[in-house]
Amino acid sequence: MLPPLSTEQVIERTVREEWGRILASLVSGLNDLQLAEDCLQEAVISALDHWGKNGLPRSPSAWLITVARRKALDKLRRAQNFARKENEIAYLLELENRPLDDPMTETIPDKRLEMIFTCCHPALERKSQVALTLRTLGGLSTDEIAAAFLDKPASMQKRITRAKQQIARGGIPYEVPQDADLPERTSAVLSVLYLIFNEGYSANSGTAVLRSDLSGEAIRLTRIIAALLPNDCEAAGLLALMLLHDSRRNARVGPAGEMIALEDQNRKRWDREKIQEGVAILNETLPKQGIGPYQIQAAISAVHAQSPAWDQTDWTEIVALYELLLAMQPSPVVQVNLAVAVSYAQTPDAALTIMEKVATAAKIQTYQPYHAAMGNLLARAGRITEAKVSFENAIELSENAQEIVFLQNAARRLLH
Amino acid sequence: MQFMCLIYSAPNSGPKPGTPEFGMFMKGYGDFTQTVKADGKFVAGDALQGADTATTVSVRAGKAETIDGPFAETKEQLGGYYLLDCTDMDEALKYAAMIPSSEFGRIEVRPVMVWDT
Repeated sequence: MLPPLSTEQVIERTVREEWGRILASLVSGLNDLQLAEDCLQEAVISALDHWGKNGLPRSPSAWLITVARRKALDKLRRAQNFARKENEIAYLLELENRPLDDPMTETIPDKRLEMIFTCCHPALERKSQVALTLRTLGGLSTDEIAAAFLDKPASMQKRITRAKQQIARGGIPYEVPQDADLPERTSAVLSVLYLIFNEGYSANSGTAVLRSDLSGEAIRLTRIIAALLPNDCEAAGLLALMLLHDSRRNARVGPAGEMIALEDQNRKRWDREKIQEGVAILNETLPKQGIGPYQIQAAISAVHAQSPAWDQTDWTEIVALYELLLAMQPSPVVQVNLAVAVSYAQTPDAALTIMEKVATAAKIQTYQPYHAAMGNLLARAGRITEAKVSFENAIELSENAQEIVFLQNAARRLLH
Repeated sequence: MQFMCLIYSAPNSGPKPGTPEFGMFMKGYGDFTQTVKADGKFVAGDALQGADTATTVSVRAGKAETIDGPFAETKEQLGGYYLLDCTDMDEALKYAAMIPSSEFGRIEVRPVMVWDT
């Protein structure tokens, strides 16, 4: 049996799980993110004391929001601009004047969707969107966010404060956008979540533990958003994509921290539960109208995830999916991926024909994976001298030590 | 007969600590307490700490639950009380009007329930 959780652990867990929901609900009545956050923080501190003495209340989250509201009422009363805050005070008093037991067991209305649209508002810088989303919905501390992005806590604090001021001054509303704006704004939210996931997934920087937390956090938030937007196939698609990628977390890095290519990964180390869940979500989502890039990428990942071995991969299926993705997102990056799939479905020479079309694309010559793919394709086509040059280019462009080792190994293996 | 005099006033109303008026105000309380004691009316009386220190306890399903607040039901908060032994409500009100906070706050006077034995 596991030892019982300490009060501190329960509080930490409740706060992490419920922070976004409570904060979003507070903000929707107070219209002041900073005030809401300060009050919730104070409520958490108070919870340590009360819960420590008496055990957990019937509903920890209802307890927290009630105390946070009371703190807000108290602060607003003392505030200089008391008169201007009449609406907020009236709102809080109305909540206070309910029968005694209501506040102790209330169900907190879910305003997280409104909140994430505010955090990912296009008026804010992308990095601020990410930080604010992690802070407000994820309940991560400023220090944790700073550590995850290798920023100084002070500058991360400044960034978050500035973003909050921008929301307050710019009158950015806490609401779900109008129908006409919804698809575009949703796609901005999803790209912020994907960015958070990738920050955690790429072992480029930061400590490994924090980074993996970031991916877990992105999955948790995407799960919430996908549940709140049940008709958005791309939200479900993104969740599936994250789960399928994340299923390979333990297999993609070796004992010395080195990257392991999909080809060489021990598939027994893939997380079956995550794969099953990702595939189940896809099976449910794909038949609906509303296919998009996240779903297609998830489908590609699912083909790999379900294939028992590298040489049993259904490359024809993967090529078809990349062609679909390319039609939706015409980009040289997708084309490079398509070419690699074609090299296995057909021949390396067929793939090189596709790569010729990519070679003239803007910026492709500074795109490291292009050169790595070229090295791989040329080597397999028997054009060793050219392959060597491509690998050298790729290594030249790489800024990451693990990646350089990875490329060197790939080159060594293919060129002999 | 006992009467509970509940003293309500808004925070920051009345004399500010450190001013000569505050000294007079506090002396007023001292004098009032002396008066009710001398008249044989005093049972108990205290000042309370600010409403922001309030904690509520409730027991549900045999389990005590405590929670911060509520801090302020209205703008005026309960700041203290006197429990006085008076002959009737009229006399209690006469004394209540002598409580210094009655000048800028309000005193709620309620008879203490007497149970038939």
